[in-house]
Amino acid sequence: MTALSALFVRDARIAIRIGGGAMMGVLFFLTVVTLVPFAIGPDLALLRRIGPAILWLGALLSSLLALDRLFANDHEDGSLDLILMARLPLELVVAAKALAHWVTTGLPLVVVSPILGLFLNLEPTALSATGLTLLIGTPALTFIGVIGAALATALRRGGLLLPVLVLPLTVPVLIFGVAATNAAVAGPVPFDTPFTILCALTLMSGVIGPFAAAATLRYGME
Amino acid sequence: MAAAHEKARCKTDGVIAGLVPAIPDRDGRDKPGHDQVGTATSFAPVTRNAVVALIDLANPTRFVALVERVLPWLVAATLMAFAFGLWGTYQAPDDYQQGATVKIMFIHVPNAWLSMFVWGMMSAAALGTLVWRHPLADVAAKCAAPLGAAFTFLALVTGSLWGRPMWGTYWVWDARLTSVLVLFIMYLAVIALWRTVDDPTRAGRAAAILTLVGAINLPIIKFSVEWWNTLHQPASVFRMGGPTIDRSLLVPLAVMAIAFTLLFVSLHLAAMRNEILRRRVRTLMLTQAERAA
Amino acid sequence: MDLGPHAGFIVGAYIMATAVVGALVVWVTADHAAQKRALTELERRGITRRSAESRPLKMKEPA
Repeated sequence: MTALSALFVRDARIAIRIGGGAMMGVLFFLTVVTLVPFAIGPDLALLRRIGPAILWLGALLSSLLALDRLFANDHEDGSLDLILMARLPLELVVAAKALAHWVTTGLPLVVVSPILGLFLNLEPTALSATGLTLLIGTPALTFIGVIGAALATALRRGGLLLPVLVLPLTVPVLIFGVAATNAAVAGPVPFDTPFTILCALTLMSGVIGPFAAAATLRYGME
Repeated sequence: MAAAHEKARCKTDGVIAGLVPAIPDRDGRDKPGHDQVGTATSFAPVTRNAVVALIDLANPTRFVALVERVLPWLVAATLMAFAFGLWGTYQAPDDYQQGATVKIMFIHVPNAWLSMFVWGMMSAAALGTLVWRHPLADVAAKCAAPLGAAFTFLALVTGSLWGRPMWGTYWVWDARLTSVLVLFIMYLAVIALWRTVDDPTRAGRAAAILTLVGAINLPIIKFSVEWWNTLHQPASVFRMGGPTIDRSLLVPLAVMAIAFTLLFVSLHLAAMRNEILRRRVRTLMLTQAERAA
Repeated sequence: MDLGPHAGFIVGAYIMATAVVGALVVWVTADHAAQKRALTELERRGITRRSAESRPLKMKEPA
């Protein structure tokens, strides 16, 4: 097993064990989706129209929740320093950790989203479209979030900064994710256009995220 | 070292000893009338031994032994009850309005009752932890949470499957359904809380407080169909004027309710036994780490 | 047994119930086996509880 895959497995195992990280994200997602009808009323027709948007917002906020844990635990017990000193390319290390984070926190959100979509009275097309766009989009959220997580770890008082840093960067992903879902349900824009842009965003963030995060960790540590 | 141990144990023993007439030791010196503490011996020996036996269960080792003895009987009773219940649901007539879908009621309603009953039981256990410091109260609460969550989940899912043909929708945000969904989220929150804190005793106290606060949801669920205008039907079994369901449906429903309750009791006792063993493993591993250090 | 036009929902509900109950039973049984395994392993390594080693459990009698 190569070092990177070992790192991936280690991160995945820790995320599943401590404090129910995977479960927390799903629970928060469920809570957010439950809160919305309390706020805007139980009008099922309205919920159906804005359902995809609610699901995307919920997934975005839930992804944010576990992000600070990405580097914080390693920083506390010193393993981050060891990783920095190792001969592995830091960008690949960050990518492996981000991937492990997505598999344990992002992927469960994708799996749960059709069930929550039922709560919002979405029709089957909307359910599958939301699931698909979330599947492609949540990795982008994780890779962008990695930048914020690295910054929050590097700066000693960076914790509160994390959402403020990450959320503006995720806006394009959010826009095209919801646009693709609505296109699949209603049209007139064909589904392909926003969907391919969403895929492009994910691929780009997959490169930019780890590079930026690695640079932050390498040069920005206090 | 041994004296310190003895002293530490006596402190906790003192708490228990202060609550009960007497706890017999392993030699079995619990003959009636053998008064080890100066409390009234006006208890008839039978009731006194029963009380003593109940408090005795506070000892985890004896609890585990008791569970091992009782569990096979409970499992057999559960299987029999389900056999009767399923036969009853097979025999039950179709409702003139709902047709055969009324058979979903035989799963949906017992699980809905149990979801509330289990949270009530957890609240009692929470009081046991916070007020009386009963040693097994937090074990009972911890083990009940996943079971309660499962029953609530089943109530929601079967209700949803029942609602689709009857109301035309899988879900609607009315008072009864929403409050049960909130109960489900609270179950998951308590389970998450248990998993977050390492030390079982601290986790137990935190979870106990959360459980008691969440108990406010129970009357909301129960009376939601009366206080608000809901799609869910109003109470038809536990109500002031007596049940409004016909006997041919009420009897299978009661049997299935008993079956699910027996299932809960069996699973709960087994889970409590597992949890006690798990804590024993944890203590032993901590001791081992200490010795190695 | 004729379950009418909504047979799918009825069968689905019963299957769901069986699945959930089955999962609970499997979880409790597997957990029991795991704990027993851990305890026998620890016993094999010679790590026991102090009360199992020495005197029987005794409650201190108040003076």
